[in-house]
Amino acid sequence: MRSILPALIVLLVAVTPVLAPTSQVLLTLAFAKGLAVLGIIVLLQAGQVSFGHALYFAVSAYVAASVARSFGGELVTTLLAGVAAAAVVGLVVGVFVVRYRYIFFAMLNLAVSMIFFALLEKFYYVTGGSDGLQVPRPTVVGLTLERGEFETILFYGALVLSLLAAWGTHRYLASPLGNMLRAIKTNEVRLEYLGVSARSTLLSGYVLSAALCGLGGALMAVAQGIVTPEYAYWVRSGEFVFIAILGGSGSVAGAFVGALIYEGVRTYAAAFASDIWQMVLGIVLLVIIIFGPSGVTGLYQRLMDRLVGPARPRGAGDSERAPGAAE
Amino acid sequence: MSSKVLMAAKGLEIRFGGVVAADDVNIEIHEGHNLAIIGPNGAGKTTFLNICTGYLKPHRGSVTFDGRDVTGLAPRRLVRMGVARAFQIPQLFTEHTVIENLLIAAAAQARRWSPLTPIATIPERGEMLHLLDMVRCAHIADRPVSELPEGQRKLIDIALALALKPKLLFMDEPTSGVASSEKFEVLDIIAKALAEAKVTAVFVEHDIGIVERFADEVAVWNRGEVLFRGVPGEILSHPDVIRDVIGETV
Amino acid sequence: MNLQLFALAFFDGIAYAALVFLVAVGLTLIFGVLRVLNVAHGSFYAMGAYATASTVGAIVAAGYSPWLAFPMMIIASALIGGLIGGPVEKLLLRRIYDMEEVLQILVTFAVFMILEDVQRLVWGVQPYFESSALMVLGTVDVLGITYTAYQLILLPVVAILVLVGLRIFLRHTLSGKLILAVTEDREAATAIGVNVDRVYLVTFVVGASLAAFGGALASATTSVIPGMGADMIVLSFAVVATAGLGRIEGAAITALLIGLGRSFAVYLAPELDVLVPYLIMLAVLLVRPEGLFGMAHTRKI
Repeated sequence: MRSILPALIVLLVAVTPVLAPTSQVLLTLAFAKGLAVLGIIVLLQAGQVSFGHALYFAVSAYVAASVARSFGGELVTTLLAGVAAAAVVGLVVGVFVVRYRYIFFAMLNLAVSMIFFALLEKFYYVTGGSDGLQVPRPTVVGLTLERGEFETILFYGALVLSLLAAWGTHRYLASPLGNMLRAIKTNEVRLEYLGVSARSTLLSGYVLSAALCGLGGALMAVAQGIVTPEYAYWVRSGEFVFIAILGGSGSVAGAFVGALIYEGVRTYAAAFASDIWQMVLGIVLLVIIIFGPSGVTGLYQRLMDRLVGPARPRGAGDSERAPGAAE
Repeated sequence: MSSKVLMAAKGLEIRFGGVVAADDVNIEIHEGHNLAIIGPNGAGKTTFLNICTGYLKPHRGSVTFDGRDVTGLAPRRLVRMGVARAFQIPQLFTEHTVIENLLIAAAAQARRWSPLTPIATIPERGEMLHLLDMVRCAHIADRPVSELPEGQRKLIDIALALALKPKLLFMDEPTSGVASSEKFEVLDIIAKALAEAKVTAVFVEHDIGIVERFADEVAVWNRGEVLFRGVPGEILSHPDVIRDVIGETV
Repeated sequence: MNLQLFALAFFDGIAYAALVFLVAVGLTLIFGVLRVLNVAHGSFYAMGAYATASTVGAIVAAGYSPWLAFPMMIIASALIGGLIGGPVEKLLLRRIYDMEEVLQILVTFAVFMILEDVQRLVWGVQPYFESSALMVLGTVDVLGITYTAYQLILLPVVAILVLVGLRIFLRHTLSGKLILAVTEDREAATAIGVNVDRVYLVTFVVGASLAAFGGALASATTSVIPGMGADMIVLSFAVVATAGLGRIEGAAITALLIGLGRSFAVYLAPELDVLVPYLIMLAVLLVRPEGLFGMAHTRKI
């Protein structure tokens, strides 16, 4: 019963190129952001929030852009190179930041991303400065495609990658490692007294989150055809956190539900509210946190609970819980 | 004492500001002999547990386990060598259910790091249900631990330590928070579980009745020092112990 | 690097450190009492700068004395602290003290997003530059260098006055002692009848006003542009984290360290100047996670 609507949404999204070709690029961008948001959600499981994950989005996007520019760029290698770069940077930064929690964790991530943002503008002879880099359209299995064909392929590629990433992340969070990650939020002392290193556990989650953000960034780069320092700006990081809370920080589906709603609203509403867009986001964020901390997917779960009764005994291994929901 | 020395503390010293929490502590823990630690509040009993399990590093002195120097090793390293701990205030994963808490412990013990296998399906699940049964908590396996009363949380806390299959288990006041009418019953449950798993226990305890019944040896702590040590019958009838320790806690 | 260049870098560093200190000390004061690290703190800095630059610009344009810039700075920062900071604490932060830390962080981040656009709405996106205050104080010649008195003398003197003033306020006045009491032990303070809500409000307004004052003083030396609040929150966090959260004197020393580090980098390795404050922070935190003057505490188990 409760999986009917999600299945319908996936189906509806999948036929978009046929029914509403104009929204195809928009949805591809929503998938790219959804993947990055998935990375944020992984960290929220450990009770941590990063204000700097646009760093990984940007690192991957710039590496993907360079690969596409200098090696003639096959789509798969372009994306892979971006993700790999994000994961490596995530490992290096992660070794440092996983020593910290809460506001330190949030702000140290922000600091690293701001440094990278500043460097992107300073080293303009490599990065193109504030104009950014053009990303030539990559080939797909050796074929050079027309713009329309490429966009359709990219759309389905993004859809498949998103489904795979959501499935993989869901499995990860249900696995022993994922449960240990969630245990960091509630009791690190006990985790250490079970013989588990809380830092290594968080690091594994951190690298995963960086790779997911990287996948999103590389997709965004090839979809937009240009990368700019804005990719690394704090506004972008804030957007990811916002979407995670909007969609529901406890579930992998929330990342994509949130991203679809966000991109949709932004495209049609931002024109009327471009000057106060951050303000609108801030106010919505406050409302969600104070009145409904489990986001859109949480509302859906509650609605379903009311309609068809609880799906399973409370707390039996589900990851669909928002920060604070158990308090 | 003829049995093997499991853990030995030599010349432990630690102070916090001006307070001496361990002042030349020397003690041996023998395999198969459950040791009770008694003494007034602030005597340094929990500090001793903290040092032996790696939570605190002593300023001076050493701890050996199974003949190896383990002074200052992190708790997780000691855990992997077979030293587990239960806490005075239960340390649980409050957003997980009872069985999930145990499965996390079992996965840690068996080193199951596969990121794609659901924790609910690990082979140790049956063992953990048995362990829950042993501490009489099988009926609450699917309840979130945050909903449980203190007494049951205490048992789950101990079960978490037992899930690690330790050789040596430190328990900090296993019966505090348990209603006094149920204390003996609870400790009976724990003692049976310990015996079944062949674990040597060191426990801090205020209730002299419990010490008499469950300890093979008693050590009396005061002001960071071990004052007396011996079999319960002897130690608990010593006039100094009655005056300084028992008189205060009963 | 010759002596003049050295002196130049040194003076730059001192002036910069004075401004950063004013913002950072507000941040650390608020954290010490409320236990919330306010991500929106940089917005108060930016709004102090905007408010000062726009009003002083109008005053000077209307033909009044540029000396009015100085009282205007104080008025503007008090207004920003009271009229913006006050409601933020009273209407919003008060609801979140018992929440999970990650939610507290998100709430102050949301306030930051809102205030960024408030600036845009009120002051637009074009830069403001209003240096009347800097001009009227003239220049001084030291070591063969001509430097503005505003940066070389006024800023450091103001920073020192604030540091000393805060110390006297906290240790020797009743309100200050109440603040310290709440910092030490909130429950005990409540038990003896301290109005904790009021202490929180006063502390937040004072901290926010200090940030705005930092912005007001900075407005005479630099263009006021969108995004300056975001840069400043990260920088002042770097100072506060390096010093140890809640350490007021420590923040002064660390601001000096980071200010000097940055200004020397401007002359020696200009491409790295933005990096230096963070490199200092990373280096310190790697060795002392609790900061230079912070105290490590072990959780009681």
